[in-house]
Amino acid sequence: MQNLISIIIFLPLIAALILALFLRGEDEAAQRNAKWLALIATSATLFISLFLFFGFDSTDTGFQFVEDREWLLGLKYKMGVDGISILFVMLTTFLMPLTIGACWGVTTRVKEYMIAFLMLETLMLGVFTALDLVLFYLFFEAGLIPMFLIIGIWGGKERIYAAFKFFLYTFLGSLLMLVAMIAMYVDAGTTDIPTLMNHTFASETFPVLGIQVVGGLQTLLFLAFFASFAVKMPMWPVHTWLPDAHVQAPTAGSVILAAVLLKMGGYGFLRFSLPMFPVGSEVMSTFVLWMSAIAIVYASLVAMAQEDMKKLIAYSSVAHMGYVTMGIFTVNQQGLDGAIFQMISHGFVSAALFLVVGVVYDRMHTRDIAAYGGLMERMPVYALIFMLFTMANVGLPGTSGFVGEFLTLMAIFQVNTWVAVVATSGVIFSACYGLWLYRRVMLGQLIKESLKSIKDMDKREKAIFAPLVVMTLLLGVYPALVTDIIGPSVEALIGNYEVALNDYAPATELASAGDH
Amino acid sequence: MASIILFAPLIGAIICGFFWRVIGEKAGQITATGLLFLSFFFSWIVFLTHDGVTEQIHLMRWIDSGSLVADWAIRLDRLTAIMLVVVTTVSAFVHLYSFGYMAHDHAFPEDEPYRARFFAFLSLFTFAMLMLVTSDNLVQMFFGWEGVGLASYLLIGFYYKKESAGEAAMKAFIVNRVGDFGFALGIAGLFFLVDSVALDDVFAAAPMLAETQVSFLWTDWNAANLLGFLLFVGAMGKSAQFLLHTWLPDAMEGPTPVSALIHAATMVTAGVFLVCRMSPLYEFAPGATTFIVYIGAITAFFAATVGLVQNDIKRVIAYSTCSQLGYMFVAAGVGMYSAAMFHLLTHAFFKAMLFLGAGSVIHGMHHEQDMRNYGALKGKFPVTYWIMMIGTLAITGVGIPLTGIGFAGFLSKDAIIESAWAGGTQASGFAFVMLVIAALMTSFYSWRLMFLTFHGEARGDKHTHEHAHESPMTMLVPLYVLAAGAILSGMLFYGSFFGHTDKVASFYGIPLQGEEVHAEASVEGHTDETHATHMADGTAEAEHGEEAATAHATEAAEEHATEGEHHAAFGGNPGDGAIYFGENNHVLDDAHASPIWVKVSPFIAMLLGLGLAYQMYIRRPDWPAKLAENQRPLYNFLLNKWYFDEIYDAVFVNPARAFGRFLWKKGDGATIDGAINGLTMGIIPWFTRLAGRAQSGYIFHYAFAMVIGIVILVSWMTIAGN
Repeated sequence: MQNLISIIIFLPLIAALILALFLRGEDEAAQRNAKWLALIATSATLFISLFLFFGFDSTDTGFQFVEDREWLLGLKYKMGVDGISILFVMLTTFLMPLTIGACWGVTTRVKEYMIAFLMLETLMLGVFTALDLVLFYLFFEAGLIPMFLIIGIWGGKERIYAAFKFFLYTFLGSLLMLVAMIAMYVDAGTTDIPTLMNHTFASETFPVLGIQVVGGLQTLLFLAFFASFAVKMPMWPVHTWLPDAHVQAPTAGSVILAAVLLKMGGYGFLRFSLPMFPVGSEVMSTFVLWMSAIAIVYASLVAMAQEDMKKLIAYSSVAHMGYVTMGIFTVNQQGLDGAIFQMISHGFVSAALFLVVGVVYDRMHTRDIAAYGGLMERMPVYALIFMLFTMANVGLPGTSGFVGEFLTLMAIFQVNTWVAVVATSGVIFSACYGLWLYRRVMLGQLIKESLKSIKDMDKREKAIFAPLVVMTLLLGVYPALVTDIIGPSVEALIGNYEVALNDYAPATELASAGDH
Repeated sequence: MASIILFAPLIGAIICGFFWRVIGEKAGQITATGLLFLSFFFSWIVFLTHDGVTEQIHLMRWIDSGSLVADWAIRLDRLTAIMLVVVTTVSAFVHLYSFGYMAHDHAFPEDEPYRARFFAFLSLFTFAMLMLVTSDNLVQMFFGWEGVGLASYLLIGFYYKKESAGEAAMKAFIVNRVGDFGFALGIAGLFFLVDSVALDDVFAAAPMLAETQVSFLWTDWNAANLLGFLLFVGAMGKSAQFLLHTWLPDAMEGPTPVSALIHAATMVTAGVFLVCRMSPLYEFAPGATTFIVYIGAITAFFAATVGLVQNDIKRVIAYSTCSQLGYMFVAAGVGMYSAAMFHLLTHAFFKAMLFLGAGSVIHGMHHEQDMRNYGALKGKFPVTYWIMMIGTLAITGVGIPLTGIGFAGFLSKDAIIESAWAGGTQASGFAFVMLVIAALMTSFYSWRLMFLTFHGEARGDKHTHEHAHESPMTMLVPLYVLAAGAILSGMLFYGSFFGHTDKVASFYGIPLQGEEVHAEASVEGHTDETHATHMADGTAEAEHGEEAATAHATEAAEEHATEGEHHAAFGGNPGDGAIYFGENNHVLDDAHASPIWVKVSPFIAMLLGLGLAYQMYIRRPDWPAKLAENQRPLYNFLLNKWYFDEIYDAVFVNPARAFGRFLWKKGDGATIDGAINGLTMGIIPWFTRLAGRAQSGYIFHYAFAMVIGIVILVSWMTIAGN
């Protein structure tokens, strides 16, 4: 299976091409065909990706299933997965069929909608598997386009504003990254990611505009990448595009945005920042930890004040991503394990929560929390599912939400107790906004006339939620499924990181000795 | 067998919760209840045959990240065994009771099924609670800890249509989360210092922690004290201790069986269990235990004062629970963990019974809960009356002073008060005074409840009184069983929990001093022997039969000969027994040697409270109103629970909401978007104009432009590279 990764990546694209070229008409039959083709293509992708998953050897910390080919213009097409990226690939392939299922009710421009999602899948998978800088950048940036279209065409009232805000935020961040990539190429002479991971970028302190930059080139490169990934995460204070994007995006778009696109930032930190710029990361780590802690508390407090269901969940995503960045920059086993776990878990939980909102939005066409109340009486199944994912979001042990949060908290205590205390207070706030939302929507008397005839979830909706329920509980009860796979790669990453820092320490001592 | 005890309730919850549609609601209820009785039955077998040796059963892997390993496992020792019987006994009979209590609930329309849901939640709660008490590491304990919090949330909010129920449920969960915040930090701190979360490792490291200074926030702390404090914050939340107590009275919004099971007998005692479980740590954390003693004593006093004036029958009992939990913490804080567990056990019986008795009255009075509308119900509820009477005698501590004969609460409460006196520190002296005063108030409010409910004249709605009826058999049988516990459990177990040192030691599997070297072997031999005797007559009077066993410890006794007639002292290393007594912990001996006035003081306080209540509610029923009138500010202060809710709303809840709104509008809106979007908004119109001029303004074209842009960038890179 030499081409396994390519098959997985390009299968959705091929399906998209088939749709684009061969499907004609806007009648109901054509719409149904488009949906079914997309569903089959994404399901097949999931099925094939299982071979990748089961063929993956977690004890091997290097890249596996590597494909290395010449490409046009002397560029390289190099793909592969390691313990850090494989689960993101699986997360994407797992969620895509559910996402397609979630847009079954769409009736406008169905063909294009499906094409957008299929292309998006290809590009997302490309991001997680690319082993060449240029290739990575291509996938990373191109992935913006389908999402931009999904929000801009199928979104809500203010979709144009939201789409542009989304695009410009992320695109401007990426420009700095592009500059940094060029600098890296100039310095190392290659765009091969595995090679770059072993390349030591200069870390001698030098002045820029009169400011002494500790960590030198590494710090600058780190900051350039940081600009891009921090926006993607998103970290406070560059998070404000996310609530707007979520609110305007259609349900399926929100699902993918929250579940997969946000993970690219975290993945980038793990793939680039830590291994390639260890000194830069170390120099900036306290800063990032504080940003994360602020994000957790800030976003949680703001979430409490929300009146729109999707905005509330969007802000809770920001808070949860705070745990991720915090975990990553503790750079210890629990922190990285926890951060990756949190990303995977958040992929399921936030996807489910946006779907939960979608269920009532489809019925009532409003996301105003105040428009609901007392739904439990009419929708017992929905109530149960909503409860489960609220609890997972709150981080109740036994759900997947707990493990990541808990591990990152264990990790941060070893590094900085102030940040630990601030971040841990997030467990209180998450309960506040989560239960407050649930109470306003589900509990109380069902008095609103418009809600009296609301229907509980139908079979299709249940079928979409079932896999998410299973994963949330399974990972909560047996998280070793994830940690066993990521553990060795994380350990290797930390090992390299520490070696790099040790090499750096004598150098700085020498430098400081030279000053005297 | 332990696994069956643990998982039977879970299976019951699943079957009852999900499959009742298939098998029918009644069958679901029966299944859940039947499985709980199975647990109950096995728990008693485990408890009675347990030999004091800690047993660990590994179930499955759980969290595994580097050196952080927390598996699903069962730790079976004496503490677990005690909790198993407490939890499963109360739970099983509460299930049974609920058949009657929940049979016709007017909160739900006829066609809405709610019974299966209720039973499923009860069983789920029981499962979580069992996970908590059987955990072998702190993370699994945290699982149970939060799991019971979830079940409690679900059950408090069971009447989901009621606005106040939803609010109370949310409050309970969030206040508990404040405690969990401390608990989580405590676990993190332990992992940081010990590099493990397994209880065995933590226990073994306790002496080391006492010597360690750790930097936390602004300064350095003694590690044992800091961790002890953080874990206790968790306990404060769960056990509704002073400052984090506000959720418990509101939790009475849940159906009464829930109050009996969760908010009286089991969940709220989890904090006490935690402190006892972590006794090896607390024995090395004098600062933390002093704090525990103060908080416990203040809670006991505070809750009792509020209980004096409440009118809702359930709230009186709720504050009483809060107060009794304070007693338990005082005992644990002064180092008498076994006395804390003793009161936990007896309290579970009599408090669950009081709640269920109150439930029986509420049920018969058509969900009227205000005692001002009761009165003269003795005739209508003959069985309930006597049950409540037993409960009252138990909680107020009726017995024959200076003997081991009395109701359950008499023995366990006196044990705590004597321990507090024997604690010998300033804190324990304070606690002693507070607890004796609280005992007086306990007696007063308990009798006030009895007199207002069952004696005097009938008040309130006449119709309700006429239709008042005694409860059905399913509700009365649990009351009988718990009544037996309330009468006998004190006398039966006094020796094991608060008897002579060797007796307590063998019960908990603690080696005696001088035995440490061969701890493993001698514990086993020792306990087998004493166990046989213990089982043979099962009472406190068995000590003579154990002389042979105590012979082991003569060596140790010589060292401690000065301490008096007792020939044994606790020994062993941290973690050897179910609880650990430090070398300098002589509270048990000192408590036994306390002067007579100490031993009779709670009894006298009880008599005073009874007399006062009798005077005010039987002889001169006009007094309370007059007193409330004369002392209006004090009365309001107590009636409004020291204004805690108002203060918290003003200090925490409202500012947090306002701050969140401020951050949203001003932080996100004005500042961040203002700054960054200023730029963005400048660009978009420009883009639009550009695109509009070039093509048509369709969004597809923007995308096309972007693709071109990227292609140009990549091409440039490639060319530059080549």
